[in-house]
Amino acid sequence: MLKLRKHALFALGLAASTTVATLGVAGTSTAATRHGLQKGLKVFVIPKNLGNSYFTTADSVKTGGALLALKQLGEIGQETSGTTDTPSAQLPVIQADISKGANALIISATDPTALCPTLEAAMKRGITVVTYDSDAPTCRTLFVNQASAQAIGESEVQILAKEIHDTGEIAVVSAGPSDTNQNTWIKWMKVELKQYPKMKLVSVVYGMDETSTDTSVTQGLLSHYPDLKGIIAPTSVGLPAAAAVIDAAHEKGKIMLTGLATPDEMKKYVANGTVPEFELWNPADLGYLAAYAAVELASHAITNAAGQSFVAGKLGKYTVGPDHTILLGPPYVFDKANVNKFNF
Amino acid sequence: MSSALTGRLAAEEPGRSRRLVDLIFRAREFGIIAVLAIFVGVTTAIQPRFLDDQNIKFVLLNTTIFALLALGETMVVVTRNIDLSVGSLLGLSAFLSSEVLSEHRGIPVVVAFLVGLGIGAGWGILHGLIVAVAKVPSLVVTLATLYIIRGIDVVIAGGTEVVANSLPSSFLGMSTASFAGVPVLAVVVACVVGAGAFYLRSFRSGRELYAIGSNPEGARLAGIPSGRRVFTAFVVSGSIAGVAGVLWASYYGTIDSTAGTNYELQVVAAVVVGGVAIFGGSGSAIGAAFGALLLATIDQALYVLGISSFWDQAISGLLIVLAIALDRGISVRLTSALRKRSLRHAA
Repeated sequence: MLKLRKHALFALGLAASTTVATLGVAGTSTAATRHGLQKGLKVFVIPKNLGNSYFTTADSVKTGGALLALKQLGEIGQETSGTTDTPSAQLPVIQADISKGANALIISATDPTALCPTLEAAMKRGITVVTYDSDAPTCRTLFVNQASAQAIGESEVQILAKEIHDTGEIAVVSAGPSDTNQNTWIKWMKVELKQYPKMKLVSVVYGMDETSTDTSVTQGLLSHYPDLKGIIAPTSVGLPAAAAVIDAAHEKGKIMLTGLATPDEMKKYVANGTVPEFELWNPADLGYLAAYAAVELASHAITNAAGQSFVAGKLGKYTVGPDHTILLGPPYVFDKANVNKFNF
Repeated sequence: MSSALTGRLAAEEPGRSRRLVDLIFRAREFGIIAVLAIFVGVTTAIQPRFLDDQNIKFVLLNTTIFALLALGETMVVVTRNIDLSVGSLLGLSAFLSSEVLSEHRGIPVVVAFLVGLGIGAGWGILHGLIVAVAKVPSLVVTLATLYIIRGIDVVIAGGTEVVANSLPSSFLGMSTASFAGVPVLAVVVACVVGAGAFYLRSFRSGRELYAIGSNPEGARLAGIPSGRRVFTAFVVSGSIAGVAGVLWASYYGTIDSTAGTNYELQVVAAVVVGGVAIFGGSGSAIGAAFGALLLATIDQALYVLGISSFWDQAISGLLIVLAIALDRGISVRLTSALRKRSLRHAA
């Protein structure tokens, strides 16, 4: 209960500080609406890979994602990417989009640095580069952050700590070893774990965001660490795969599991108790916000300087924070009581 | 001269010569089993839990789909062809068959198998026709369809996925069910591989597949219907990939358009590790299944030993080379020993 309240307070605190930040800069920022937004901009949305339900939700018109925002603003939006979550699959797509005359790119980076030469070349040609979901910090105009990495890292550890009573060996099932977002979250998990001296992170394994690899690495964890008490899988491919392994191995209850995934993927495992709680932001909102930010920037209605603000349609007003980033909001916790209200 | 020698040998000692051939065949599989035993021994010495029943179950389950695909691939490879489409075919079948189950609640699970089988057989027929009738090299044909089928999968799935919650629990439980601690699926697959091996080894049409692979021109002149046999091999390989896709869906529960990506290369690796000659003409289905078991064991061992994930792929590649070298060494020694013995007998 104490932990629960701590968690709620933490969320409140985060929300409050965001509000304060927004209010604080509201007076000083130049009015974003002074300039009109251009129509007919060519905006390419480039997820890490195609065929990934998380990005489909973030990007499509049907779910209210990036392409819907672009459509409403009168831009020409298109989703493009490779079929594997690697820089080598993503790069040619970015290059093709640039030569198709893009005005703005909205991209989830498969690598923090490998894409940089190409993205820098794009920016030199006056193309707005907005990263969302996964950042390439040195070579983009703006990063739309789904939830602060710190908030995610901390709250994942807090959820698991509550479930295993602050004690025992835990492991992380990550995606690719070079994924920027995964590594930053894990870094913050390690920071938060200092608060829990009896919890020990024994291993970080990489499932490569492929169901079969995620399955094998989770099985490996179960076999290698017989005393394992908990697993955090901050990936929407890894978490359902890990849940299926624990479910099939009848380890449910013995090994607690949490992480990031979409509600549809986890409904079965929340219902049967394998994953009592997990987190996510609303990916459609993330895409929607990234699209607005990209159009604002490409129309020169705002710059990427801290304090610049704009109204992102139904989501309301957002302000650029430090390091040229915009924060969507705190992560949302799903559990038995609310998971069935969501369909994505 | 040499044919006269063999002729005399066969005439004088038919029983012995058949037994020798038998021995060589068995030796091919013996090599891979020896490598497997050494590997399991070493791993268990470092990490005793490698042999606990849950881990054995994991390895067997991870091997099943793999070994099935290896059976189909073996039939194609012995004819000096290759089927690179199996990974994509598995993915398309996994998505469509599970989509059918999730869209139409309450329909029997067997429908999913029919869908998978239909998709696999259909593409197999197409491959067979293009390779056997149009005489296009199978490497080119199946490399093309590898991408075509994956593309179709991506278009159909459109970024959506089938989630475990929308699948009947009888379907999900099917692949992990066990009887007396032994996974039922592993037993079924072992029987299927056994039947396949028996066909390849003892049926006339099975033997003809080897003849086509070891000497295509000779096989044609000998009156073997090469086109028909190769066609059949591709249909079988495709059908197996289709059914394997349904099992994949049942095993993993969450299916998107990426299921089975790059799987074809692992299957070819299993077949080669299992002693099937990549240029056709020799090797057995049992060997290929053991190849699949060895590769799945290597994978699992690396995870169980807790070796850093960064090293996984490099080490498993190295172990594949070692396994093949060791197996090759064993079989070369055995063959030369047997040849010496048979020459001594002939003299």
